[in-house]
Amino acid sequence: MLNAKKIREDFPILKRKVYGKPLVYLDNAATTQKPMQVIEAISRYYREYNSNVHRAVHKLSQEATEAYESAHEKVSNFIGAKGIQEVAFTKNATESLNLVANSLSRQLSKGDEIILTQMEHHSNMVPWQQAAKRTGARLKYIEIDGNGELKMQQLQSLINKKTKIVAFTHVSNVLGTINPAKEIISAAKDAGAITVMDGAQSVPHMPVNAQKLGCDFLAFSSHKMLGPMGIGVLYGKDELLEKMEPLLYGGDMVSEVSFEDAKWNELPWRLEAGTPDVAGAVGLAAAIDYLLKIGLENIHDHEKLLTKLAIEKLQQIAGLAIYGPEAERAGLASFSINGVHPHDVSALLDAEGIAVRGGHHCAMPLARLLGTFGSTRASFYIYNTAQEMEKLAAAVEKLAARMGKLRK
Amino acid sequence: MKEASAIEELYREEIMDHYQHPRNFGRLKNADVCYHDYNPVCGDEVTMQLKAEKGTAKEAVFTGKGCAISQAAASMLTEYAAGKKLRQLLQMKAGEMLQLLKISPGPVRIKCALLAMRAMQKGIIQYEAGAAK
Repeated sequence: MLNAKKIREDFPILKRKVYGKPLVYLDNAATTQKPMQVIEAISRYYREYNSNVHRAVHKLSQEATEAYESAHEKVSNFIGAKGIQEVAFTKNATESLNLVANSLSRQLSKGDEIILTQMEHHSNMVPWQQAAKRTGARLKYIEIDGNGELKMQQLQSLINKKTKIVAFTHVSNVLGTINPAKEIISAAKDAGAITVMDGAQSVPHMPVNAQKLGCDFLAFSSHKMLGPMGIGVLYGKDELLEKMEPLLYGGDMVSEVSFEDAKWNELPWRLEAGTPDVAGAVGLAAAIDYLLKIGLENIHDHEKLLTKLAIEKLQQIAGLAIYGPEAERAGLASFSINGVHPHDVSALLDAEGIAVRGGHHCAMPLARLLGTFGSTRASFYIYNTAQEMEKLAAAVEKLAARMGKLRK
Repeated sequence: MKEASAIEELYREEIMDHYQHPRNFGRLKNADVCYHDYNPVCGDEVTMQLKAEKGTAKEAVFTGKGCAISQAAASMLTEYAAGKKLRQLLQMKAGEMLQLLKISPGPVRIKCALLAMRAMQKGIIQYEAGAAK
């Protein structure tokens, strides 16, 4: 079990007050806070060895290059890739997914089919919509049931010989559902389809091993796992990345250039044109060290405990409905209270120093499906405590009473 | 502490009263001005309707759903608009709407506060363009 109280000491921002009240940060599915170890690593890079990578032979450049490449190594080990050739750095999970969608769409033609789920974040939906529009491919969705889980029995009837891509989120950012990734991937494989997994909400919170799961592509962001903003990861099986057309052309992604043409550099560098975010990579590496020290199993267990506690307390409030599965779920609780708009809920919680997110959570089609303006979401991480769950429930109860006399 | 009371201010009694007991909530049979608008950030919706006579808003009503600020703003605006010249309503500035609400919302919630006014103004422009034909 992890010691959240001790962990909190590493996060300077958690000491601050908002409106004179201690900050209760429960918006971790949007972005997490950063420990001193990450802030220091980034600062040390700029203070001690800032320089461009893969270019000069001077000492600073050697150190920066080494740090940049070892960050790839660290990510590769973290997600169980075969090696750094399978790990390309991007700006964020959104860019990773766009890169895959853009590149795979070159192999699509009219009549081909792409399978998504109804619980996708816009970032794993809109790029495929556009790919389908460009190529004449067709989008199909795995529906969700009343419990917020995928109707897995539909999968077999949706998948057929025309299925070229199955793209799905590992964990829903709205419902907290943990999808049966292995099952989806193996069904897709049987049909010869390529699998793309959005790991933005899973990789930071539980052990995720790309090779063991067998997915072809995996995307996630550094800033949702204690690392800095501005850097994300695209994992891809090397034989697939090998065939992938880069999105950006320019420096560092080439091995030989003439006035007429160019040859691509080796993987992963050919997918990382231009000067990369070295400080970001250094920060991400420090974040991974931090997470590994705590242990991903411990993180998952801690969040499970907090979520159980939060849901138990929230469920006692009259008129409150919680979305998502009851049993196995990720560390977040999305809820609505009898017609009270989520922005009113989150504004009144903000006045108590509690940071949550209200709205459609970048999953508008899902929000519409649930028939709400969206929901209010409290999402948890390693530094959240049982006491904070109690504060949340008490504040929600107070505002529910106040907003209670609602018009019909 | 001051800022927390600014949030509290958004939910002051008059606003909660308009939210929970909206005035002029409904639809007109023969509305001259009718405009539905939507705030994609929050999902707030409002339809503003006016009955116009000689350039004056004789009646103002609304329907909608959304957050307390957006709905209270629409309700208060209907009370304000009735009897005013369309010209004057068209020239209404954001500051005047906030004065009516007596709140100073931040950059995010201001969209909620101004939704009804913007809808009404778009409706008047549409109506005047139609009347000029």
